[in-house]
Amino acid sequence: MDFISILSIFVLACFVGYYVVWSVTPALHTPLMSVTNAISSVIVVGALIAAAAGGSPSSKWLGLIAVALASVNIFGGFAVTQRMLAMYRKKDR
Amino acid sequence: MHTDLIVAVPAWVLLAYLISGVCFILALRGLSNPESSRRGNITGMVGMAIAVITTVVTHAPVETIKTGIDAYNVNIDGRTALEILAAILIGGGIGLVIARKIQMTAMPQLVAAFHSLVGMAAVLVGAAAYLNPEAFGIAVRITPIASPSFVSILPVSRIEMGLGVAIGAITFSGSVIAFLKLNGNMSGKPILLPLRHVLNLGTLVAILGLIAYFVQDQHPLVFFTIVGLSFAIGFLLIIPIGGADMPVVISMLNSYSGWAAAAMGFTLHNTAMIITGALVGSSGAILSYIMCRAMNRSFISVIAGGFGAVASGGEAAAIDRPYKRGSAEDAAFLMAQADQVVIVPGYGMAVAQAQHALREMADLLKAKGVTVKYAIHPVAGRMPGHMNVLLAEANVPYDEVFELDDINSEFAQTDVAYVIGANDVTNPAAKNDKSSPIYGMPVLDVEKARTCLFVKRSMGGVGYAGIDNELFYRDNTMMLLGDAKKMTEEIVKALG
Repeated sequence: MDFISILSIFVLACFVGYYVVWSVTPALHTPLMSVTNAISSVIVVGALIAAAAGGSPSSKWLGLIAVALASVNIFGGFAVTQRMLAMYRKKDR
Repeated sequence: MHTDLIVAVPAWVLLAYLISGVCFILALRGLSNPESSRRGNITGMVGMAIAVITTVVTHAPVETIKTGIDAYNVNIDGRTALEILAAILIGGGIGLVIARKIQMTAMPQLVAAFHSLVGMAAVLVGAAAYLNPEAFGIAVRITPIASPSFVSILPVSRIEMGLGVAIGAITFSGSVIAFLKLNGNMSGKPILLPLRHVLNLGTLVAILGLIAYFVQDQHPLVFFTIVGLSFAIGFLLIIPIGGADMPVVISMLNSYSGWAAAAMGFTLHNTAMIITGALVGSSGAILSYIMCRAMNRSFISVIAGGFGAVASGGEAAAIDRPYKRGSAEDAAFLMAQADQVVIVPGYGMAVAQAQHALREMADLLKAKGVTVKYAIHPVAGRMPGHMNVLLAEANVPYDEVFELDDINSEFAQTDVAYVIGANDVTNPAAKNDKSSPIYGMPVLDVEKARTCLFVKRSMGGVGYAGIDNELFYRDNTMMLLGDAKKMTEEIVKALG
């Protein structure tokens, strides 16, 4: 992909993010933060590439550490979000 | 002579990352309503699984064994595969245990800690890409005549990589400081270094200058100086920011972690990372904006720091002013007689873990026919939405919980406002005292209720803004001095 295509995706995604986040109810702002935490750990993609690639042992080890750190975030972030969201209940009528 | 090392990515891979990005959009979209949010979170997990599986399949660790002249055997490198699996299991295990054990009152610290991990992961991935650019397809091998060939990182990738590691490093060290402040390992008071604005600005300019120079010279010293300076600036940026501004800081760091992911997405040409980075970046930016607006502060003044360092505007002789003090029995009597009670929780409720006692009190009142509502100020607590989570934890139905704008007009028709652990967000000085540091901040009009019950540890302390609250000395205010949880439990006893 060339730079301009990537930039287009990025700019459009910023607009999507802007409108989607304004529609989030303030009551769920804490889960919003924890779930954005989890999804920003998609950086694990880069870590996996580095960990699997041959040719540079130091690069591989940095990748492995990054995989572990991002995994803490992915599993922890989604799990704690799920735990919080399960607590939001409507009034029993 | 150039040898292009960029390999064309199969279409299905691009499509898979795009689907993963769309899943993340849907995960955030689900948060518009508590009912749809749980499904949204599952969609987010699916998106992450798609991204990880796609990467593992296309970048499986392989070893090439030479079996003859020009004959190679490509095998899965089992050892590396196991190491990766171990890294995922160790990290994932730690994450799951933390997610299960963490107390809801400690969510701000946890989120700060998680931000620091995203930042560190970005730095590590950036460094790995720098050390092994061929693996990421961002380099060309240049073979000059009569000298050994070398790998040159593409100029655009150098900028993206430089920005990525810089933002990642700032996110990391900034989040570590935010964590230490939120967790109480470090004083919430702003730490003001002399000449800090000059120092910060100088460091920022140096980082940007080095990133520009990095395009000319890919020497390790340049790269690692960028990383080092960025760690330093993250630290310097957050230490002068006081406890009251933490909701802004934590949102801002959330935003940074997104931009770091986006910058790495540019480096790796990965759609899922770019979409996610943009989403998270905007999310954090919007939350910072909401928090700043709720405090009537400009983003610049929050970043400049120092708020709450000096107790200004308040009277030193505060303790000598007359006020009405009530007991738990008085409070119980007043509330039992009321038609409507509005509960205003703040950070003090979280510290005292009073949310469960509070819900018991509300249940008893409801049984007596009293309408009970909760009023939440956007900056109540240490992070956006903190109070809502705590109340949800205590089984308070979310349709009894109202935001500032939705409930403020109701205080005039309210018999009792029960303020528990909130202070600055109820201070009428924000409306009528132009000399007050919080003047102009939107506040909850609790003084308009017939009676305002104010739970507070003692008369001495002031809120995080370091100012006295005029509300304490009003005729229709009754101070309930004591621990928020104990006081509420005593009221529960008196009501039962």
